[in-house]
Amino acid sequence: MKLKGRVHLYGANVDTDAIIPARYLNTSDPAELAKHCLEDFDPAFVGRVQPGDSIVATSNFGCGSSREHAPVAIKACGVGVVVAGSFARIFYRNAINIGLPILECLPAAQEAQPGDTIEADLASGEITNVTQGRTYHAQPYPEFMLELVRAGGLVEYTRRRLAGQGRR
Amino acid sequence: MGMTLAEKILAAHCNRRQVQPGELVNVRVDLVLANDITAPLAIKEFGRVGVDRVFDPKRVVLVADHFAPAKDIPSAGQIKMMRDFARAQSTLFFDGGEGIEHVLLPEQGLVVPGDVAIGADSHTCTYGALGAFATGMGSTDIACAMATGDIWMKVPPSIKLVYRGQLRPWVGGKDLILHTIGRIGVDGALYAAMEFTGQAVAALSLEGRFTMANMAIEAGAKAGLFAVDRTALTYVKGRAQRPYTVYSSSADARYQAVEEFDASAIEPQVALPHIPSNSVPVSQARGMPIDQVVIGSCTNGRLEDLVTAGRLMAGRKVHEKVRCIVIPGSRQVYLEALRQGLVQAFVESGAAVSTPTCGPCLGGYMGVLAEGERCLSTTNRNFVGRMGSPKSEVCLAGPAVAAASAVLGRIASPEELEA
Ligand code: SF4
Repeated sequence: MKLKGRVHLYGANVDTDAIIPARYLNTSDPAELAKHCLEDFDPAFVGRVQPGDSIVATSNFGCGSSREHAPVAIKACGVGVVVAGSFARIFYRNAINIGLPILECLPAAQEAQPGDTIEADLASGEITNVTQGRTYHAQPYPEFMLELVRAGGLVEYTRRRLAGQGRR
Repeated sequence: MGMTLAEKILAAHCNRRQVQPGELVNVRVDLVLANDITAPLAIKEFGRVGVDRVFDPKRVVLVADHFAPAKDIPSAGQIKMMRDFARAQSTLFFDGGEGIEHVLLPEQGLVVPGDVAIGADSHTCTYGALGAFATGMGSTDIACAMATGDIWMKVPPSIKLVYRGQLRPWVGGKDLILHTIGRIGVDGALYAAMEFTGQAVAALSLEGRFTMANMAIEAGAKAGLFAVDRTALTYVKGRAQRPYTVYSSSADARYQAVEEFDASAIEPQVALPHIPSNSVPVSQARGMPIDQVVIGSCTNGRLEDLVTAGRLMAGRKVHEKVRCIVIPGSRQVYLEALRQGLVQAFVESGAAVSTPTCGPCLGGYMGVLAEGERCLSTTNRNFVGRMGSPKSEVCLAGPAVAAASAVLGRIASPEELEA
């Protein structure tokens, strides 16, 4: 699965309040959440983002609360992949669980420029900055997580597991 | 080789003799938690897993605390959805006004030493004060755990934090943890389990320990744990709803890092906007003007916090330039504060006292900030826009600094009031 799009570039510690402010947490509707993605932090983002674009950030992306609304909002506004040097751990789990592709790769994040086009291959972890003509290798997913991603998220994975145990 | 406290708990919950940091394991969970923001999503996802019943209704706890009692119609809908689910599944349910989840659960004995507790709330790590492995996750994780009673986890490496010496007057758990995050940074313990040790934390009450464990997530940690000692056992006695197991780190356990602190040199702290690691001794923040003070939350909404604030505010007036909001963390805390005359003292001083709720902590209601306003708060996050307008500011501190600042109308050290 290859994802190609333009880079929206951010720095360190983009927190979940920045991704989706708490005043919008009285809903869990993805389309509604998407309208307010990064609203306080980068108010122009929602107008600028195109389907397939990527968010690229340096470190600790998604720190703060456990709100799954954050990756849901990012996914629902069409972002294809998030690349960061590191992710906050709850955000990382949530993204994998809901099927938002994320890749951990510091050099790719440090060298990207806003508006660059990057292509990410989830299976191999290869990230290509098409604009700059450079290629990077992200941390590959551990086998178990690849299984989760292939299943389409944790719910699907759990469904199959329980079916296998005859609990359904 | 010996294991750390965190490793021992996880090993016991996947029936293994030994686990190593970095291993992916499937662990049994003793308690699954969600609140009025995260439960609706979890309930929706639970519906897709394909089972009819939760794995054990006595181990699933739903708490309406963030926007509860409901602040608006959509919030009321979210709370109703969780109440209906709780009734249908016979799970535990606490409605608006009963308390903030992380104050409530330990107080009710629903989480006990040796547990693996997971919650769809990042501050679930609070229960580490009881020697439990507790960590925050998202709604989908919680949905699946409600169905299966287990969850996948990566065994975290442990970081040992050693606090030597005796605390100075007016210094508490909040000051220690703010100082710690200031030193190691908001990703200083990323993916790791923090283990708090040393003479200074052994002398802390359980309340002070809850405050510290609560903010482990603010250093990026997966969990923040304390050894179970006499103080912890006294707290647990008479509350525990289940039998419990006490684990402790082996002498030869391996740590990713060890950080040492001279606790006797730590002043009361203030974390300046807009990140919890921006902490400075209160002497460096003194004089900063403020518009609001909030005393409450899952970090500092326990009885000891109110007693500390009451010592400074009773018989004095909240400064005319400041509004002060005091929020007991649970009904029990509220009742005890009433009995001790604290509520009366706060109201007389000019503070607004609210029923237990998260409210202003996440900019929900009951103290949302306008553009240009600054709040000094005993909560745990001071991100941009956390308490309201993206052009407002939040500074974090413990209850003593918050109370002194409310009276003096600017950021102030408790010693200024005493002098
Ligand atoms: S008091 Fe604040 S930090 Fe604690 S659970 Fe509520 S919103 Fe979260």
